[in-house]
Amino acid sequence: MYFLKRLLVLPPLLILISLIAFLLVRTAPGGPFDKERKPASPEIERRLLERYHLDQPLWKQYLLYLKGLSQGDFGPSLKQRNHTVNDIISQALPVSATLGAAAFLFSLGVGIPLGFYTAARRGHGFELAGSSLALLFVCVPALVVGPVLVIVFAVHWSIFPVALWGGAWHMVLPTITLGLYFSGKVARLMREGMLTTMHADYIIAARAKGLSESAVLWRHAFRIAVLPVVSYSGPLLADLLTGSFVVESLFQIPGMGVFVINSALNRDYPMIVGLVLVYAVLLLVLNLLVDAAYTWLDPRVRYD
Amino acid sequence: MLTLGLFLHPWFSNQSPTTLTDALAHPPSTLHWFGTDLMGRDLLSRLVYGARISMMVGLVGAGVSLFIGVLWGAVAGYVGGYCDGIMMRAVDILYSLPSVIFVIVMITTLEGLFKNWLLQNFSPEAAGVARLLFLFAGLGAVSWLTMARIVRGEVLSLRTRSFVDASRAMGASHTHILLTHILPNVAGVVIVYLTLTIPSVILYESFLSYLGLGIQAPQASLGSLLAEGSAQINSLRLYWWMVVFPGLLLVVMLLTLNFIGDGLRDAFDPRSEKI
Repeated sequence: MYFLKRLLVLPPLLILISLIAFLLVRTAPGGPFDKERKPASPEIERRLLERYHLDQPLWKQYLLYLKGLSQGDFGPSLKQRNHTVNDIISQALPVSATLGAAAFLFSLGVGIPLGFYTAARRGHGFELAGSSLALLFVCVPALVVGPVLVIVFAVHWSIFPVALWGGAWHMVLPTITLGLYFSGKVARLMREGMLTTMHADYIIAARAKGLSESAVLWRHAFRIAVLPVVSYSGPLLADLLTGSFVVESLFQIPGMGVFVINSALNRDYPMIVGLVLVYAVLLLVLNLLVDAAYTWLDPRVRYD
Repeated sequence: MLTLGLFLHPWFSNQSPTTLTDALAHPPSTLHWFGTDLMGRDLLSRLVYGARISMMVGLVGAGVSLFIGVLWGAVAGYVGGYCDGIMMRAVDILYSLPSVIFVIVMITTLEGLFKNWLLQNFSPEAAGVARLLFLFAGLGAVSWLTMARIVRGEVLSLRTRSFVDASRAMGASHTHILLTHILPNVAGVVIVYLTLTIPSVILYESFLSYLGLGIQAPQASLGSLLAEGSAQINSLRLYWWMVVFPGLLLVVMLLTLNFIGDGLRDAFDPRSEKI
């Protein structure tokens, strides 16, 4: 029931978000045609505006946009002529999503074990090394990792291709670049979760029953300790799937991150609103899934 | 602390960060410890200046986020009811907009509005300073959301405590209660979160400078130095020092700040044992 209600709220929420994004970009000064052929004759400019209905009053434009949206049409791109926003999204999103999913798996695959074992093996040298490593990862942004990886592995040793997109081999460096920072974050969340869980009553009870250490850790502690990671992974996945400008521009990957930045810089109105909506849909749906996962992992959580 | 000390000494290197020399893109040598950039400027002194700017942006940006976040969260949590609902829904909605778009539109908007006015009334340098101010505003404007949530949560639980009721019964005004009873109690959590906001703002600034939206040449921040360096990657000539040194400095800076933040959190949080 609870989730049904949440699902029903989604469409109005998305409409509200589209309205805010629409108003935000429209009230900002500057227009999509500012940068091209500067001495554009007033005639050309008028025709361009007319072609894209930009001469209509704002509320009318928004209603027109909503009408298109209801038929699944995000409108034309004002910068990439002859391409609709749908075209661009359907070309760029799969690329970004593949890379994003790989980076997501990488950051969970590295972060969860790292956080888990540094919390489980307290007092060893391993703990210090592991948590220092996680802290280091959090302090190494993609801006730094990317160029260094390219210089070392692609230019100097030529193990991996420098750039471009195609095949799994091309994905290794971008995935690490994108995922390293988040793997550190996940590790820290996981560790924190474990440390708080290990003091809970039911863990003490499980120990008292004489369960083996691994059964206590894996069957009882892990489920609850992973919750912070789960709630973080919703927004994280939405972020990663929609692309990263730094990684995509560094490795020349034809993904969405580049369009996000350029559309905002160029005031490509339908494009911005379209991309914002894609992101918002992903984020809201993933957050819903996160909340559903909560009830499954932690039986104490109930929504009504 | 070592890192902080470095920023306070711009005279660390006796070469000006904008002086051009004939040594174009030289690797590190005894004259230029960290090498020179494409225009022959000493990389070490550029790094010192850049790091100072990054640090300043981090501090001021976090300050702006502190101001908005605490005000917003405190009012929402204290007033409660419909007001709380509306204010927190606004935060939720801002969360679901990609912040990059928001920042870009905001910075370019502010710049569009003020640039001509500044150029007419002041010098071109003023426009550069204004860019810095817009950067502060933009970064602060996107990083206050979590702060607002944290403060609101704290205020909600403080509001019902008996010392607040007592104060109200004695006829204290709302502003008085907020300022003297509630905010001091929130301060611990806020300070901890603030120290963790600074590195994230610095990170964001380096990202924006990488896009070319942040600090403008001839000034430099760590992000713009990294962008310059990584634009020069090619297989013919490796200018590795242009990437490695700014990157290293950024990492060390973030590490220091995160250390401080973690330490403060452990100190303030009674539940966490010594790690």
